[in-house]
Formats: sequence, structure tokens, C-alpha cells
Amino acid sequence: MRAFLPIAAVFVVLAAVPFVVHSNVTLNFLVVALMIALAGQGWNILGGYGGQYSFGHAAFFGTGAYVTAILQMRYGINAWFGFAMGIAAGAALGGALGALVFRSGLRGSYFALVTLAFAEVLRIIASVAPITGAGVGTLIKLDLGIQTLQFQSRAAYYWIILVLVGISLVIARLIERSRFGAWLIAVRENEDAARALGVDASTVKTVAMVISAAITAAAGCFYAQYFLFVDSGIAYGTWISVEALLTPIIGGVGTVFGPLLGALVVKTLSEGAKLLAGDAPGLDLIIYGAVLVLVIWIMPRGLIGGLSHVRKLLARRGTTTVPAGEAPHG
Amino acid sequence: MPNPGKLSRRQFLATTAFGAAVTATGSISMPSVLRAQGASVKLGVLHPVTGALSYSGQQGRLGAILAVEEINAAGGVKGLGKIDAILGDAQSTPDGGVAEVEKMNSANVCCIVGGYASNICLATTQAAARYELPYVVDVGVADGIVTRGLKNTFRFGPGFGVISKTALANLAAINEQAGKPAKTVMIVHEDSLFGSGLAKLLNAQLPQQGFEILETIPHPTPTRDFNNVVLKIKAQNPDLVIPANYYNEYVLLARTMQQQQVKPKGIYSVLGGAASSYKFVKEFPDAARYIMDCNHWFDPRSEKALALKKKVESKDQFYTYEVYMNYSCVYLIADALERAASVDRAKVTDALASSTFSGHVMPYGPTKFVNGQNEGAAPVNTQVLDNDIKVILPAAFANAKAVFPRPA
Amino acid sequence: MLSPVILIPAILNGLLIGAIYALVALGLTLIYGVLHIINFAHGALLSAAMFAAFFAFRLLGLDPYVAVFLLAPAFFALGYVLQRFLIGPASHGDDRNMLLVTLGVAIVIENALLYAFRADTRTIDVPYAFQTIDLGFTFLAVARVVGFVAVFGVALALWVIMSFTDTGRAIRAVAREKLGAQLVGIDVAHIYAVTFGLGTACVAIAACLLIPTYYVNPRVGDAFVLVAFTIVVLGGMGSVPGALVGALLIGVAESLSGLFLGESLGQIGIFLIFIIVLLVRPSGLFGARA
Repeated sequence: MRAFLPIAAVFVVLAAVPFVVHSNVTLNFLVVALMIALAGQGWNILGGYGGQYSFGHAAFFGTGAYVTAILQMRYGINAWFGFAMGIAAGAALGGALGALVFRSGLRGSYFALVTLAFAEVLRIIASVAPITGAGVGTLIKLDLGIQTLQFQSRAAYYWIILVLVGISLVIARLIERSRFGAWLIAVRENEDAARALGVDASTVKTVAMVISAAITAAAGCFYAQYFLFVDSGIAYGTWISVEALLTPIIGGVGTVFGPLLGALVVKTLSEGAKLLAGDAPGLDLIIYGAVLVLVIWIMPRGLIGGLSHVRKLLARRGTTTVPAGEAPHG
Repeated sequence: MPNPGKLSRRQFLATTAFGAAVTATGSISMPSVLRAQGASVKLGVLHPVTGALSYSGQQGRLGAILAVEEINAAGGVKGLGKIDAILGDAQSTPDGGVAEVEKMNSANVCCIVGGYASNICLATTQAAARYELPYVVDVGVADGIVTRGLKNTFRFGPGFGVISKTALANLAAINEQAGKPAKTVMIVHEDSLFGSGLAKLLNAQLPQQGFEILETIPHPTPTRDFNNVVLKIKAQNPDLVIPANYYNEYVLLARTMQQQQVKPKGIYSVLGGAASSYKFVKEFPDAARYIMDCNHWFDPRSEKALALKKKVESKDQFYTYEVYMNYSCVYLIADALERAASVDRAKVTDALASSTFSGHVMPYGPTKFVNGQNEGAAPVNTQVLDNDIKVILPAAFANAKAVFPRPA
Repeated sequence: MLSPVILIPAILNGLLIGAIYALVALGLTLIYGVLHIINFAHGALLSAAMFAAFFAFRLLGLDPYVAVFLLAPAFFALGYVLQRFLIGPASHGDDRNMLLVTLGVAIVIENALLYAFRADTRTIDVPYAFQTIDLGFTFLAVARVVGFVAVFGVALALWVIMSFTDTGRAIRAVAREKLGAQLVGIDVAHIYAVTFGLGTACVAIAACLLIPTYYVNPRVGDAFVLVAFTIVVLGGMGSVPGALVGALLIGVAESLSGLFLGESLGQIGIFLIFIIVLLVRPSGLFGARA
């Protein structure tokens, strides 16, 4: 139980925010940051703990978004149920993809690009298939109310995404403390050695992918409910694949809080850059990209790794711990 | 595995300290302000000035800013004072647009203009509706923008439905006048919101006007090569090619057609990216000749429109539809503000809803908003003639006669 | 659709566009083969090279086919400096970090182009832009045919460099066994930078060959990058012949699937071929067995 205290504490503090902050600008900012953090946490399960870097997590995000939007608009299904179905669809896709890809023995960059290819295939299909509205996209009808999962107040959305993020933090911690997690990390550190020890690497990776996909799909469902519009570029575009991998790597791969920290930092950086740059188009993004490079230069193990490094220097202890999330080459 | 207790405490501290810093300082950047002193009218100007739509966004912003400058130079809005344009960058995404709407709302703007792309506008108008903040859509043509029952949303320009109806009626008229030389048609359209929506309507309505659609070819944006598309056009030899796409793809298509010596009886574009673009005419006079377009266009008889054209060209920019539509929208809002005699959002919304504004530069007549859509808004038919873009229909605004079929 | 009058030109078009893809992919495959990273900045570098070719024409009056002899070495130098003094040090030798660093570099380059040159689409007008070779049933753009021939030249040059020069041997050594190469005294940081430079030079060549029939704006390179990544993996990462063959194959596949499925859905052809090849042969067509 003690292991979950930090999560509970973070959750309580974050949950209190809407009582203190009333600015919708800030609440909107936090909602989007948390949504990205959720997507990133999904990626983190497979990429951080499992060492399998996916460049195509948009496939799960978009599936969650489209499934919930289509079920509501075309089949009149209740929004909450649609949300659950979106997550289930994402998980199923993850399982199918994992089974297909891991059994072929694809690893490393080959795996990464295959996931990218799958996301692209989905994007192209979504842009022409009638059921998604093709190029026109799917618009969820504006209808405020609890049963349609649409709220007047931003705070309501904030708490929903916070609960989802909280659940994902708990899942990450549970994985860390379970035997499954040990197998997963073993596969990450040295897959061949793990296999030699009897770990069923393909199955472990596939299960990780299912969990990973479900979490990222939840972020997609949330996007659909928050913005009420989905098209193929939004759902399956590379933007979300990049955010999903950027935030855990910046925050610290293979850690529980890495994606959350990374999302907050990256989003704040983006806002800070806008503040500095003013109106000139592109200048804020130049600053953003430059700072990104700087952050990685200074803190190669992500923020959490960087903080742990600082703490080690301060504590001056000679402990050698295996840092979280170091993937072997290849 | 590292000691979970130690690591977690560090992570916890980091995460919450960070979260606290962000919220406590409220250091979310405030949008930049064009002129800060003494202005009492705050106007949100929102466009995708970075990202995939940056050219259109920058043109839109230009048009809006020119209008604000002119109004302020003449003393501002009568009775209220100068306009403070609060610029926002939608970053070519709906969520980027929504974030800017939030900032503009907290900066107390009385109205927002812009959005440009339909998918951005859908999200931003909805976000503004939460605060009953009036929003004037500059371009976004999707019908969904004005059919959601949002009282705050106004669209100055035409939507899909009107555009395709007008395009078809005008095509039938042009064809009729020339003795009906055209029967077969091929449609080449970009596959996102505007292209697909348009193609669907055209597919339903063209046969009713007696045209036969040989093939409808969707293509992505960006498309790297049009050789195969042109191959199909060449093989099926339609009388008419109807393109509906963005500037870059249109240029590639036209150049490839020129290369493969494909010369249909006419190219009749609907919302063509380059078909009524001065830039295209200037840079590719041969490929541009005789191309017809049904698109947003300014009123060629309006002094104000021509003066604006001169001004824009003197800044070395091209006079594109984003410029004059945004220009018109800002003037529309200024008029509403004057009639409302207040920056109160509800009053401004009412003033817009009852607006009969003629001081714009579009061929629409006085504005009349029904459910947020300006009823008089309609596209116009243009043709590239004598290295210039002339209006050929409707007759009231025409300054040239259509040349169809294309001379050999 | 299956008539040879359409099919053969479609295949030829596929080969011609495949040649351009090959030039972009050649650079990428070298960089992957040696540095073991997917270079996210490749597309932005292509955009930058297109701008360079554009300004070489506008300001210096240099035809792209002439400018290439100026721009290829210039971009080699740019790539060398980028890797040696920015990307390499910032990544601390970690593949995963190199990914993010190249991503950051891509964002900076693309937006610097936007900031400096605005988003306007620019084109150049060279006299041979519309010249075609008449094959009777179709016309082939001269500029594209030149590109097709050039890519073989570039691939040959790369092969010669890799096989017969000391630098090439050093590159291959580092690609295969970095530690061992270091132990025999090869300056790995220098070799990494040389490889990145070669990759960037290829991109500059691609830009010069593309610009007569294409357009320039800050995001133009993005359209080619995904296909290039696909080709690199398909051909086998690090394999020059793999990138060439893979590119031509993808070009034809894209063309044919565009013909049969329409341009939009047809894009699927590229990725489906890619996925199928990888599931069957995980290290790519010419790649070393994993």
C-alpha cells in the first residue's frame, strides 16, 4: 500500500486544483496536458517498461476517438458506453497488432516503423471510408449533460481526465510490482536472455501492448468528448504519435510519473515559448525545438533521471542502481 | 530495480511542485496585443499562422489587421474607441485554436474573428459559445459550422451547399450559352473536409443538370505526383475537368496536364486552390489561361476592394480571398459594435444577428444572418483572361464574358 | 485500367518518382546504417535544401543542375557540423535521445524557414521544366528522367566511396562494430559526422533534381519523409542497393495502387507492401539477417 501513497498524494493535490484555479485558460491547458500525459503513459507501458518503441500509437488514440464518436453519432449509443467501447477497441487492436508483429520477431527500429505504417494505413482508410465520414470527419452533436459526457464546466472534464490518469499511474505501479512487470523489464533489458530463462517474450510484449493500447485509446476517447470533432488527421496523425513518445522520454521512460511530468513540462515549454516569441509566426516553435534539444542535452535520462542524478550528487552515496528505462542498443 | 520508495518521493515532489508552479503563477502566456494604449474595444483575431495552413492563416491575419488599422486611423469605432487586435495562432489544429479562444476570452475580447479551416472553426466556435462570445467565421465552408444551433456563431461567407449549387447552376448556364459542348466530366478533389464534401454534392447534382461523371478522383494533401491522375484524364478524355484542391496540388496538377498535353474543353474548378489566384496567373500564365473557378471573390466594382488590392500588393503580397474576407469581417464587426454602442457580448451578438451591413468588399449585398449564416453570401465565377482574373458570373458583378470552350 | 496504354506509363511514372524517393532514402539509410537512428530531421533538411536550390536560382542565377555541385558539398558540411557539434553531443551516444534531438532539430529548421521566408509556395521556371520525351503513348518529363539517371550515378558513387576509400571502410567498420572500430583507432565521432554529412549531401542532390518539377515551402520535405523511412526499412537499413531497389519498388507500388484504388486509398499500397515484407523478412530485402 505504501507504494501507492505517492500516486494518491499527487492525485489529491491535482484534484484540488479546480478549487483554487478558476481560470479556464489554465484549466484547458491542464486538461490537454493531462490528456497527452495519459496517451504518453500508454506508450510508456510498452516503450518505457517494455523497451519496444512504437512510432504509431496514434493507431490506438484514433481508434478510441473514432469508435466512441461513431457509436454515438451513427448508432445512438450512450456516450459512457461508447467511451468504454473505444477503450476496448483500442485494446483489441493492440492485441491483434502485437500478436501479428511480435511473433514475426520484429524488434527495435523495425518494430517502430511497422507501428508507424499501421497508423498510416488506418489514417488513409479513415480518410476515405464512409463510416468515419471520410474527409469530412465525424462531428459529435453538442448536447450538454452527464449522460452525453459533455459538460459546461471545464472542471468536470479536468476531473474525468485526472481520474483516468490516476488509474494509469496505478496500472504502471502495479506492473512495476508484479511478476509480469519483472518479465517485461527482463525482456527490455535483454530479450534473448529472458527467453533463455523461460520468459514467453512474445506473449509478455503482446499483453503489454494491449494495456498500452487501452490507455492511449482512453486518451483518444477523451479527445473526442472534449473537442467533439474527429477527422483522420486528428485521430491518426503523426502529431499524437510524437507527443505520446516525446512526453515519457522527456519525463523519464519506465517510470510511473515520467509521462505526467513530461507532458506538463513540454506543454509549459510550448506556452513559455509563445510568451517569449510574441506574434512572429514560427519563432515560438523555434524556441520550443531549441529548448527540447537543450533539455535532452542536459538531462539525457529524462527529467526524473536528471533529478535522480542531482539527488545522487547531493547525497554523495556510492550506490549503483540500474537506472529505469535504459534500453540496450539494437 | 531502484528502491521504489526513494524514487517515488522524488517523483512526487517534482510532479506536484511543478504542477503548483504552473497553476499558481498562472504563467500561461497572454496573447500579444497590437496596440495597447487607450483602446477599449478588444477584438480576437485567430488564424492558423503556423503549421500546414500557415500561408492562408497569415493572409487572413493580414486582411484583419489592415481593417483594424484603417478603422483606428479613422478614429476607431464610433462611440467606443480604437480597436485592440489580440492576435492568436491556432497552429493549424483544433486544440490549438481552442486554447487561443480561452486566452482571448480571459483577455475580455468582445468578439472573435477567424479560424479559416472548417475543422478548426467547428472547435473554436463551440469553445466561444461557452462564454456566449460572438464569433465571426471568416472562411470555413463546412455546413456543420452553422447547423448546430449556436447563437454566437456567424458565418459571413458561403457554405458548401450554396457554393456547389451556385457552381452547378453557373456551369449549366455557361455550357448552355456555348451550345452545350460539354457533357462528360471528371472530378479531381482533395480528400479532406472541403474536397470530399464538395465532391459528394457534385456527384449528386451534376447528373441532374445533364452531365455525365466519368470518374471522381480523390487525392491526399500533399500529393507528390499527379502523373497517374493525368493519365486517367487523358485516357478517358472528359470534356470538362473539375478540380477542388489546395494551391500546391492544383499547381502540380495543372503543370502535369500541360506536360502531358492534356487539354480538355474546359477546366472548371470549384473552390480551386489556384484557379483564381493572382500568384498562379503570374507564375504560370500558360497553364492558367482560360481556367474557370467558382470561388470566393471580391466585388470588382467596389472602390474599397480595389484600394485594398493596391495596398496589399504594395506590401508585396498577393490579393487572396483570405485577405478580403477577413477585412470584410472586421468591418462587419465594427459596424455591429457601433450599432450596439457597447462591448457587451450579448449586445454585440444581437447587433450581428440583426446586421444589414453593406460596407464590405464582397459581392453579397447587405448582410442578413439567418441561424448564423449570411444569406446573401455566394461565390462568384471567375476566368483567367488576358493574364488577369475576371468575373464572368453573376452578370451583376461581371466584368468579362466567359470564353468556353477553351480555344484550341 | 489494365490496358497497357495506361499500365505501362503508370509503371514508368512509378520508376521516375521512385528515383526521387531513392535519393532521399539513400541519405537516410546511410545515417541509419551507421548511427542506428531514424533521422527525424531528414524532411526538414530536404525543405532547407529546396530553399537553397531556389535561392541559388533566384539570387545567383544558377540552374539546379549546376547548383547541385555547389549545394551538395555545402550540405555535406552542414550535416557534418550538425552531427559533430550538436546532435552527437546532445544525444550522449544514446539512440533514443538522438531521436528526440533530431526531432527538435527538425522543428527548429522547419520553423526557421517559416519565420525567415514565410509560408508562400515558391516555384522556379526553368526552360526544360515542361520538356518531355514523347514515347508515343505517353510523355516522360525530361527533368524526371534526368533524376532517374542521376540516382544511379549517386548510388554508384556511394558504393565506390563505401567499398574503395579508407573513409568508406571506416564507415562500414563503425556500422558493424563501433567498439572494435574505436579500438583500432577510428575516430567514431568524426565518422558519424561524415556519414550524416553524406546523408545530407544526398538530400541536397535530391532537392536540386526535384525542384524543376515541384514547389518549395517550409514543409515540403515532410511529404517525402514517411515514404523514405518506409523505403529504408524495406530495403534493409544501411544498405545502399536496398534503398535503391526498395525505392523503385515502392514508387511502382504506389503508382499501381493509386491507379487501381485511387490516389487517396492507393497510398495504402506503400505501407501494406512495407508491412508484408517486414512480417516475412524482418530485416528488409537486403538487410543482414537479424
